[in-house]
Amino acid sequence: MPFNPHTAEDVREMLAAIGAADIESLFDEIPSGLRSGTLASVPQALSEMEIGRLMSERAATDAPRLNFVGAGAYEHHIPAAVWAIVTRGEFYSAYTPYQAEASQGTLQLIYEFQSMMTSLTGMAASNASLYDGATALAEACLMAVRANRKSQSRRILIPVAANPRYRQVVNVICGNQKVVTELVPYDPATGQTTVAGLDQYAGEDITALVIQQPNFFGTLEAVDALTDKAHAAGMLVIAVVNPTSLAILKPPGEWGERGADIVCGEGQPLGVPLSSGGPYFGFMTTRMDYVRQMPGRIVGRTIDLEGKPGYSLTLQAREQHIRRSKATSNICTNQGLLVTAATIYLSLLGPRGLAQVAGTCMQRTAELVEALTAIPGVDLLFDGPRYNEAVLRLDRPVQGVLEVLAGQGVIGGYDLSRFYPSLGNALLVCATETRSKADIDNYSRAMANVLKSAASA
Amino acid sequence: MSNVPADLRYLKSHEWARLENDGTVTVGISDHAQQALGDLVFVEVPEEGAGVTAGEACAVVESVKAASDVYSPLSGEVVASNSELGGQPELINQDPYGAGWIMRIRPTDKAQFSAMLDAAAYEAALAAETH
Repeated sequence: MPFNPHTAEDVREMLAAIGAADIESLFDEIPSGLRSGTLASVPQALSEMEIGRLMSERAATDAPRLNFVGAGAYEHHIPAAVWAIVTRGEFYSAYTPYQAEASQGTLQLIYEFQSMMTSLTGMAASNASLYDGATALAEACLMAVRANRKSQSRRILIPVAANPRYRQVVNVICGNQKVVTELVPYDPATGQTTVAGLDQYAGEDITALVIQQPNFFGTLEAVDALTDKAHAAGMLVIAVVNPTSLAILKPPGEWGERGADIVCGEGQPLGVPLSSGGPYFGFMTTRMDYVRQMPGRIVGRTIDLEGKPGYSLTLQAREQHIRRSKATSNICTNQGLLVTAATIYLSLLGPRGLAQVAGTCMQRTAELVEALTAIPGVDLLFDGPRYNEAVLRLDRPVQGVLEVLAGQGVIGGYDLSRFYPSLGNALLVCATETRSKADIDNYSRAMANVLKSAASA
Repeated sequence: MSNVPADLRYLKSHEWARLENDGTVTVGISDHAQQALGDLVFVEVPEEGAGVTAGEACAVVESVKAASDVYSPLSGEVVASNSELGGQPELINQDPYGAGWIMRIRPTDKAQFSAMLDAAAYEAALAAETH
């Protein structure tokens, strides 16, 4: 059954009206080299029963394992109530409403989300979310170019110790708008981005500095000194933060003398399951001075003619349906359903609950580091302060060790050799509140066996 | 009917310009433009010291209905911009040719001023637009 509304007769009449012989002829002007032709690599259709069996088989290979990978996405406990509420029909949509005023409940939820994000980050205004953490940073870089009107250079400094995949996404999204990213080094002893690393750009026109807290190594950066130095040099400061960590770390709005200018990050830790990599959501907050440069939808609270509170989309003149090509962003999608989950998650935990989660993550990671570094052949690479991740150096290539561990049901961490070959056999490990003392013991026993079983490389 | 002072020059895109005694040129948007936009809620003025180019967007006026670019009638350097508009965008609605000025330019080519529409020509353009 064809899934289009036109009968063969409709199609014939329309083609006759424009004098075309057949539908294929409408595409004649596309050079044949650019046509996809037949889709030979797409297999034959399967029946519902067949596809059900195939998917069950594949799902079984994704059986639960003991996971010690962070690197941008974090396995947290999600109270059962979160997704039970999110999947109610009233909430079950991925989008912000198109008929905004007709959906007061959805708007109120987004407003509550924005309020929570401004509170967590210590900023004045939040948008209704973005696509994910990496694209949120790219949007923040473009926003900084618009907001820093004293700077003409479109040069953005990004620490080497920031998430390397985020840097790739920034380059892909912003590169064609002539935004250039340049690197700030880290101290090989601590894993911290060096404040002195900004000196090489002294006296130059730089639009913004990105500070990721904690950085990709899990190390806590000297955010106050970096912020003040960047501001003194006329740069804006873009903070990339793990939202859970903000329950115990200083909010970016209080970094240095003036605070960060734009805050963004990956919202996944707030009630969104790992789900093999997505969908997740990005968040962004800023100071009031820059709110008109912020991308994405913004929900505001107002009162109606009868004095009752109401919610509406606001500051829409930034957006593409009004500003067209000059909109603050033309990636306006937001992840409404995931924002719903995050809002319910944060409501259930409250400030104290979130601080407990963050504190436990920090504690578990410290225990994991202690257990693993007690094993001959495992050393701690950086001695800077940490949140929920740490870099270890093994006495042999990481990939082989991870494969053996995976065979024993342990996902042992993230191999850093691809992005940081100079670190040698470096392994990024993470323990959240979901890893028990017994889990950590299991991992360290498995690691000890692997490193004992074969001679070191 | 909108007010079109005889001593100013205009663009078809509804900017006005006034040649000051010191050779600088003050720029704003016309009474017709502010009426068409409705109540302004935000004005983004250019940075002092910024360079502007004739015919290119140099400021943004945002009303409850729309956001529109303001085009610079002349090329030159912005020597002053109206910071009052940050807190009181309604000055443009109340007094488009006075307190609602947007920026003052030191032009690089004064001939660009003479090339602008005079009041009669702008009124004719407005009349053509409405019919």
